[in-house]
Amino acid sequence: MTDPTSNTPEDGVDGGDGVDAPALPATERGAGVPNDTTIRASAHEAESSGHPDTPHSPPISRDQYLKVGPDGEPIGLSAETFEGRQELTRRSTTDPGELRREVGAVLRLPEGVVIDPANIDVEQSDDNTMIINMGPQHPSTHGVLRLMFELDGETVLRTKPVIGYLHTGMEKTAEELTYVQGSTNVTRMDYLSPLHNELVLSLAVEALLGIELPARADWIRMLMTELNRVSSHLMWMATNGMDLGSTSMMIYGFREREMVLAFFEKTTGLRMNHNFIRPGGTAADLPDGWEDDVTIICDTVLPRTDEYDELLTGQPLFRQRTESIGRLSAEEALALSLTGPILRSTGVPWDLRRSMPYLHYDQVDFDVIVGTYGDNFDRYSVRLNEIRESIRIIRQIVEKMPAGDYRVQDKKVTPPPRARIDESMEALIHHFKVFTEGFKVPEGEVYVAIESPRGELGCYLVSDGSSKPYRMHIRGPSFVNLQALPVMMRGGLLADAVSVCSSVDPVMGEVDR
Amino acid sequence: MTGAAEATSVDPATSVDPVIPVIPVIPVTPVTPVAPVEGPAGTAGLSDSGGGSSRFPGRPVQEIVFPTREQYLSVVQGYRDDGFEMCIDLCGVDYLTHFNRHLPDGVPPERFEVVVNLLSLSTARRVRLRVQLPESHLEVASIFDVYPGVEAMEREAFDMFGIIFAGHPDLTRILMPEDWEGHPLRKDYGVGRVPVQFKGAPGPR
Repeated sequence: MTDPTSNTPEDGVDGGDGVDAPALPATERGAGVPNDTTIRASAHEAESSGHPDTPHSPPISRDQYLKVGPDGEPIGLSAETFEGRQELTRRSTTDPGELRREVGAVLRLPEGVVIDPANIDVEQSDDNTMIINMGPQHPSTHGVLRLMFELDGETVLRTKPVIGYLHTGMEKTAEELTYVQGSTNVTRMDYLSPLHNELVLSLAVEALLGIELPARADWIRMLMTELNRVSSHLMWMATNGMDLGSTSMMIYGFREREMVLAFFEKTTGLRMNHNFIRPGGTAADLPDGWEDDVTIICDTVLPRTDEYDELLTGQPLFRQRTESIGRLSAEEALALSLTGPILRSTGVPWDLRRSMPYLHYDQVDFDVIVGTYGDNFDRYSVRLNEIRESIRIIRQIVEKMPAGDYRVQDKKVTPPPRARIDESMEALIHHFKVFTEGFKVPEGEVYVAIESPRGELGCYLVSDGSSKPYRMHIRGPSFVNLQALPVMMRGGLLADAVSVCSSVDPVMGEVDR
Repeated sequence: MTGAAEATSVDPATSVDPVIPVIPVIPVTPVTPVAPVEGPAGTAGLSDSGGGSSRFPGRPVQEIVFPTREQYLSVVQGYRDDGFEMCIDLCGVDYLTHFNRHLPDGVPPERFEVVVNLLSLSTARRVRLRVQLPESHLEVASIFDVYPGVEAMEREAFDMFGIIFAGHPDLTRILMPEDWEGHPLRKDYGVGRVPVQFKGAPGPR
């Protein structure tokens, strides 16, 4: 267990050389993205510059540097040096672009490099840092993610996520499959929220087709994706608990997720990779008695979230391992294009379901959960409370579910009902055509985005008028969110790396596609 | 793995056509104003809410802009200053077999496109930039300095299409192995198939 007092991100960075390291970004401060932090920091700076400075002020001690103002914000220091006036600011005021350039870039050892031990001169080496590798087969990397750390003692300086181990060329495969087959392909990307993948592809295809779905189809899609959000967040609770050593949480999370998966199996026939949401509607109607099943899930999971609360939220060990670990500011999150719970944990109330509603999310009542500090604990609380909000949405869906058809009755898109095939030759041909040739989609291109459990899941679809996508690009939220690891881990302890990685909730199937 | 020595020095030029002709610098005339252009015929009037777009009539249709390679960086910077806080997506498209797609007048079609989706959180708007790039000069400015989040996305576009983003801090392959040859999402790159023993049929390559 790590010492909680030394866990603030700034601590480790400046620990080694209190003066040199923070002086670096000072020249860049204020350039680039203007943000609140910068403004506040410069206000402090104006105050401090009012103080008389001795011409040769002594080196600034670490304690001085770590001083914070009455509002908890760091005070930037300025001092006279032989080179003139030098301004020191806190790491947190660094322009995100500059920080990214510093921490994200060039730490890399190519795959094939074999270092000849004879070439390493141990005696002469004045390099205090160490490069250590984690993964790609590490159990805590949530799949085949490889992380390379540059360490100074136990402090992480730079991190390089190395991905691609699960790359199977699904975007290329999509160009070879018809639109009907497409959802079978995309459902395998983010295997913890497969229904969201199917939904975003279906919405994109429908946008190009220009068809409008019956209301029930939309509401079924909402029900299924919200249940999927619950199961995905439960899975995250479980694995996050496991990463932090809480085996009970792992068992509980999987236990509750199992209920949702059982309902999925009943509805779609499969526990994952459902291929249930398809262009033109869904594959089937909800099973008889679905209201009872869903209500039981809601009634069970909701009180269980209170149990998790009791188990984790107040627990000192859990809080010490999550609070102020992996902090991100809102400016950094925006600059790094982060979305989903990570962005919301920094206090930005951005949820596509609320801000740019799709399906019928404008007709349900729910809250967008935001955090304050953007640390691991906030990301945990956002996800825990999103389970509750999703259950709130699901209850409303159960009430509001309209009657009607579960797919559009457009002969070009929808295969005939099974019963018609037995009695009509035309229906048989039609069925055959839809599933072998597929349907043609008008020429054009469209970008559609939905809120998946991990953030904005986008689909950029280009059609050349044939029955196969000309180009299908999936904007995977995990792929983008994972790139924030270097910024989040910088200055933290190696022991917290697993915790930070877990709080990103990466699904490697979607990262690598 | 072989090719270790080559893999250490990351030279993008080795992975594309080594004889890139030096394009003479054309004096940049104030080209067509980059006003939002209504999308081509197939996309006009589409909102980004997928099917059932008429349910959200207030939502503006997708705004598409076609900057040239020279305008690209300044246009992106302009949108950043206009309050588009996020670059949500960046990808490449290879129009080799669909060259004569619908483009507005004054936009000459080229083989490759870089497609950038920007998002404004404050106004809940999206804008899409489509930059035309010829095969002979497959290079465009990196917008890393404007949106640091595009680092991985630009690497992916480089990996998959060989598009060079000038000014990117670490333009290396991200999904494919480092010693991989070719750019898989190009249209002239075969799909590949696992050879099945005792089946005589040749693969598509």
